[in-house]
Amino acid sequence: MFEQSISTLAQKLRNKDISSVELTRLFLARIAKLDPQLNSFITVSEQRALEQAAAADILLQSGKGTSLTGIPVAHKDLFCTEGTLTTCGSKMLHNFIPPYESTVTSRIQQAGAVMLGKTNMDEFAMGSSNENSFYGAVKNPWNLDMVPGGSSGGSAAAIAAGLAVAATGTDTGGSIRQPASFCGITGLKPTYGRVSRFGMIAYASSLDQGGPMAKSAEDCAHLMQAMAGFDEKDSTSADKPTDDYLANLNTPLTGLKIGLPKEYFGEGLDSKVADVIMAAVKEFEKLGATVKEISLPNLQLSIPSYYVIAPSEASSNLSRFDGVRFGHRCDDPKDLLDMYTRSRAEGFGTEVQKRIMVGTYALSEGYYDAYYLKAQKIRRLIKEDFVKAFEEVDVIMGPVAPTTAFGLGSKTSDPVAMYLEDIYTLSVNLAGIPAMSVPAGFADGMPVGLQVMGNYFAEAKLLNIAHQYQQHTDWHLQTPTMAKGA
Amino acid sequence: MSIDKQDVQKIAHLARLALTEADADQYQQSLSSVLSLVEQMQSVNTDGVEPLSNPLEMTQRLREDIVTEENRRDAFLANAPQTEAGLFLVPKVID
Repeated sequence: MFEQSISTLAQKLRNKDISSVELTRLFLARIAKLDPQLNSFITVSEQRALEQAAAADILLQSGKGTSLTGIPVAHKDLFCTEGTLTTCGSKMLHNFIPPYESTVTSRIQQAGAVMLGKTNMDEFAMGSSNENSFYGAVKNPWNLDMVPGGSSGGSAAAIAAGLAVAATGTDTGGSIRQPASFCGITGLKPTYGRVSRFGMIAYASSLDQGGPMAKSAEDCAHLMQAMAGFDEKDSTSADKPTDDYLANLNTPLTGLKIGLPKEYFGEGLDSKVADVIMAAVKEFEKLGATVKEISLPNLQLSIPSYYVIAPSEASSNLSRFDGVRFGHRCDDPKDLLDMYTRSRAEGFGTEVQKRIMVGTYALSEGYYDAYYLKAQKIRRLIKEDFVKAFEEVDVIMGPVAPTTAFGLGSKTSDPVAMYLEDIYTLSVNLAGIPAMSVPAGFADGMPVGLQVMGNYFAEAKLLNIAHQYQQHTDWHLQTPTMAKGA
Repeated sequence: MSIDKQDVQKIAHLARLALTEADADQYQQSLSSVLSLVEQMQSVNTDGVEPLSNPLEMTQRLREDIVTEENRRDAFLANAPQTEAGLFLVPKVID
């Protein structure tokens, strides 16, 4: 039951083969049994889930609801959920009960989905391994000695292990796509502005974007149907009608023009990962696509540009955590400054403090032009590379990450080495285009994700491409051993 | 690009972070390595390139200056570390 698609489960709920309360209990039982090995949830909201499931059953009884009605999902612990603890993976928010609901979780709730709980993540979404969580690292269900990726590592691990049908994630520099790749699931980072940021705890506001994570592209399309769309509460929300993400899933790929950027296949890419990606591209050729080599010449510059822009915006966004209105406050502050500095030093972890300081430095007097402004100019060069590429091809394909999941603790001593691993994902956020990670095979027993990048607002096209691939392959249907027989 | 311990303490003060001596040593190293990483930007010619702050090049939407939120004082105070008489309480600012 836990391996089934949203469409199949929705049919079963409608046929009364199973009730939402039964389905929810099944997933809650799996979480209780398997999550002690994974640590993918920070909070399991059992009571809220069972109440929502009972409400969904009533709706289903009367033949109402959507395809998400009664489906158990999980939310990254970065989306504010009214009345349910929201930590953002930080000690700073260890006691934060939001007084309001994020637009994304609210829309998914209105569509009738059941919230099982809040998933683990790198603190304030800063990390690529989920080892930066105050609530402990998450383990990869395919190998418990490996990281699940980050920062949406809890969501990815929970889906891969069958602890939730689908989940939300957020992606500032790869945080949906890289854990999706490492855990063998499907994830979509939409166009900047397509999904509301209202109620998402901000990391880097010009890069942050929420999106769906699930077993398949079709399941992601079901979530997008509920999540996407204009929101007046988000000042950078795109005021543009959404597509029907389910309507075009079956469009044939004949004539699709795929671009392979040569910079994605150079030095640093693991040869076994490269083999998996090239085999996937061959599969698309069989489906009628044509392939062409392209160039994204400024790819390397996405790392310095991102690691100035993201920390700069973070240093500003995270200034709100001052120990006054919410979050951690130090004991016995002697004055206001002491309260600010100790509350923040105690509440934030090392990586977060480091990025706040990098950003503070880049924005400080005398350095703004050389760092922040320079990074934004390079950001335009990176965007222009994509604009030019999409004049020639419909989509761009390549790896999500240079390697498969790495060992827990293997890169924590050298954070800059970990930053370099983000090379294939950062440019997408800087340009603001949509991109997916699609399971495409295995290298040494660990999943490999194919990255599919599209033009602005081409989410429906990306989902169509991924769905067609998944109709002809079964990589997305593989289940890790630890998830079976439970 | 490397920075010294004094720079680190100055940045930490601007960022309102209390650092111990040991913290400052550690951050001196890690901040220096990040700044070295981003240093490669300086070799790129960006003359005449406009900075890009919003990927869709949108400007912020404006709205009428009217009250749209309801008063939920108690709900917002509930998360505060210390409150008194409906107000957020902080250490004494003025003697």
